[in-house]
Amino acid sequence: MTEPLYSVSTDAWDLHRRADRDRQRHNDKIKEVIRENLGDIIAQEDIITADRGKIVKVPVRGLELPHIRFDPYDRERVGQGPGGTKQGDIIARGPAEEQGQGTGKKAGQSPGVDYYEAEFSVDELAQMVFEDLALPNLEEKGVKQIMSESAVFNTITKKGIASNLDRKRTLLEAYRRNSRLGNSNKWEVRDEDKRFKNYDIVTEPQRNAVVFAMRDVSGSMGEFEAYICRSFYFWMLQFLKTKYTNTEIVFITCHTEAKEVTENQFFSLGDSGGTRMSSAYKMAIDIIEKRYNPREWNIYPFLFSDGYNWGDSECVELVKKMRDMCNLIGYGEIGSDGWQSTMGFAPLGQAYEEAFEHDQRVVLVKINDKQDVWPALKKFFAKGHPEVAAR
Amino acid sequence: MSLSERDELERWIEIIWDQAREFGLDPYPTHFEVVPQHVIYELGAYGLPARFSHWTFGRDYHRQKTSYEYGMSKIYEIVFNTDPCQAFLVEDNSMLSHKFVAAHVLGHCHFFKHNSYFQHTNRRMIEQMRVHAERIAEYEKQFGWREVENFLDTVMTVEMHFDPSAPLVKRKSAEQHEDDRLREGQPMNTDYDDIWNVAGRPDRPKPRARKFPEEPERDLMRFLMEYGRDLEEWQRDIIEIVRSEMLYFLPQMRTKIMNEGFASYWHEKILESLDLTSEEHWEFRRLHSSVLSPSGSRAQINPYYVGFQILKDIERRWDGVMEVGDDEETDWMGRTIARPTGEGRAKLFSVCEEDNDVTFLRRYLTDSLVKKLDLYTYKLQEVDGEKMWVVQDTDWRRVRDSMVDSMTNFGQPILTVEDGDYQRHGELYLKHAYDGKRLDLEYTERVLKNVHRLWGRPVYLESVADDKKIVLKCGDNGEITQEVA
Repeated sequence: MTEPLYSVSTDAWDLHRRADRDRQRHNDKIKEVIRENLGDIIAQEDIITADRGKIVKVPVRGLELPHIRFDPYDRERVGQGPGGTKQGDIIARGPAEEQGQGTGKKAGQSPGVDYYEAEFSVDELAQMVFEDLALPNLEEKGVKQIMSESAVFNTITKKGIASNLDRKRTLLEAYRRNSRLGNSNKWEVRDEDKRFKNYDIVTEPQRNAVVFAMRDVSGSMGEFEAYICRSFYFWMLQFLKTKYTNTEIVFITCHTEAKEVTENQFFSLGDSGGTRMSSAYKMAIDIIEKRYNPREWNIYPFLFSDGYNWGDSECVELVKKMRDMCNLIGYGEIGSDGWQSTMGFAPLGQAYEEAFEHDQRVVLVKINDKQDVWPALKKFFAKGHPEVAAR
Repeated sequence: MSLSERDELERWIEIIWDQAREFGLDPYPTHFEVVPQHVIYELGAYGLPARFSHWTFGRDYHRQKTSYEYGMSKIYEIVFNTDPCQAFLVEDNSMLSHKFVAAHVLGHCHFFKHNSYFQHTNRRMIEQMRVHAERIAEYEKQFGWREVENFLDTVMTVEMHFDPSAPLVKRKSAEQHEDDRLREGQPMNTDYDDIWNVAGRPDRPKPRARKFPEEPERDLMRFLMEYGRDLEEWQRDIIEIVRSEMLYFLPQMRTKIMNEGFASYWHEKILESLDLTSEEHWEFRRLHSSVLSPSGSRAQINPYYVGFQILKDIERRWDGVMEVGDDEETDWMGRTIARPTGEGRAKLFSVCEEDNDVTFLRRYLTDSLVKKLDLYTYKLQEVDGEKMWVVQDTDWRRVRDSMVDSMTNFGQPILTVEDGDYQRHGELYLKHAYDGKRLDLEYTERVLKNVHRLWGRPVYLESVADDKKIVLKCGDNGEITQEVA
């Protein structure tokens, strides 16, 4: 045998990144699936209670390509132990009981797992949640405009950090240089060929906006109502803090009397007693008059209640009065009793329904379970089209 | 890798190569490429360099890489069944690891060349796959990548349903089918016609009920490709690409345990014969035992370990060495088999040529091996109200049969096309060859929708659930219905 039977080579594989594109496609697919299931995901308690920036696990189902396979939970399998395994030994915990078809399993641990958990930070999830949301009817207002800063990758430089390496341009430069030297087949990359993406800080004017988060804390607001309320406002705040960094937020809790509170108090307070929501509106109007001139501010009052209230007509009158000062007024009603089955509003909601039927600036939603939080957000903060209906 | 390191590696590969030949190994010529870690994970995910692009490969790459970064697993080497073989080494490994891996690789290369199940594989598959990838990229440009990706997703859900014997069987063409049909019942032109046709000759060919396909067809992929309604040419091409690539990977799926065991057997033999420093020897032993130990999860087996131990056992027995606990081996007449010493190596080579994992386990997995390897069967069971995976049996026959059973048809349910013109409406009737293991109906329903997309007409699948015959149907509206017969 004359030809060599083996050979060794060490070509430049550093820039070989073929899988990255397909990995990106996979990531995009995960995000697609998550977007489709946002309604379920955003109502999860552990996400609401997580800190910003914290990583939460989101089960991704239905992304795997299915195959015709044997029932993974019905079959006998063969395993291997470290020695001395006996009949009856337990080798692993089985799939958790059907919580939405098997959440809680850890991917890769037990056989037959058909989904896995993608890890996202709360911020990343928020980005996805808010992609299609915007403050409605936002207008150019006010004299004191604040500049917001964001980074845009738009320049190419010869020096930079490795993670900003522009591979395509680098290869192109290497090819050009090698060609100039007469080696058009060579792809050897030198430092001088490297090109990096760099970014500029761009500033753009921010519009002044203030949001009133108002919450019924009367005795009739049960655990479920409080949870929904927290859930909605949690996402609303995340949304505002992410997309409208300079928005001011005023927190008001209310039973028979209204109280301006801090963000912490707003989320933790539970109270008791009767309900007179008109006092919350009165307080909001008072604050607007003192601190937020409607000619300078975009104003968005939201109120969540169970709809059992003293003085509904007074509320209607106050909302009418506010309507001229505000960009959009939101009312969310949380139902967990008999009203739920008919999907109708309780008395306060009914009063609004009659009074503002044709008014696009007053938006009403009814929330009966966790899954309704997302449609409610979409209805309040629909981009461009405020008539996007809640389910 | 520095030039001097590369020279050293080359020198060692020469030594290892010569040693392997001396031991009787006969591998394909082998090209070793030294690459960064991430390239190994990429090659592992795609199965071969230059394969077509798909998000599932990106996912597998990500999983393997992440699992490596978390210190849960590591790929040392990857080698492809081509001629010459292509082997990839990880550049930041130690020189001893390189020697270890090179020796292991030569075991695989011998296996590829000699195992009978590999004899019909395309040894120029790298080039072939590059052509496939280019064609698919071209379709992406022409029809949009989303369109192509969606179609690939659809096809890949049925990628396991081809006929494993396809490369071996010469298939009748449509014309031949027709010829045979016409000839059926006709007198044969032989000298013994008068003997065969004592009952007299029929005058005309027997009219036959139209049946399509004539025999139940196992190659669902090919059937869909040839007869799927409304498929465009590029779509038929994609089905054929996916099918031919799965056929290429089939021998590897069928010989995983043997192949890894064989390579492990040889890396040990060859490394033991090399002139190693004591540090190197220690590192070799550590590496060897990390590769050949029970897998971390007790729900799986480590094919390297199982294959290696069975081969060592075969070598020992055919060398005539008895161990405590060995039963005296008898032949089918009950006569004691006295093996002459020194047949072990020859036996290993013949096992490597003849067997696949199923026959390998059936013939050579013994009672004492099952104990030594600590193999067992396990099942999902309720314990104190909680679902647990519980060990069922450690009896070696049960273990062996269960392993073999799980590898039948490379672990996939067998489907056949029974009727391609069901109810004379061009509907597709499939049948699952039920053998006691029921199907995952949720997944099956999702796949049926995809088959419907490819076939273009309602699709039926007959199977068994809870001891009753069931027929799933995917109608034209994409709705699944289930009937119990």
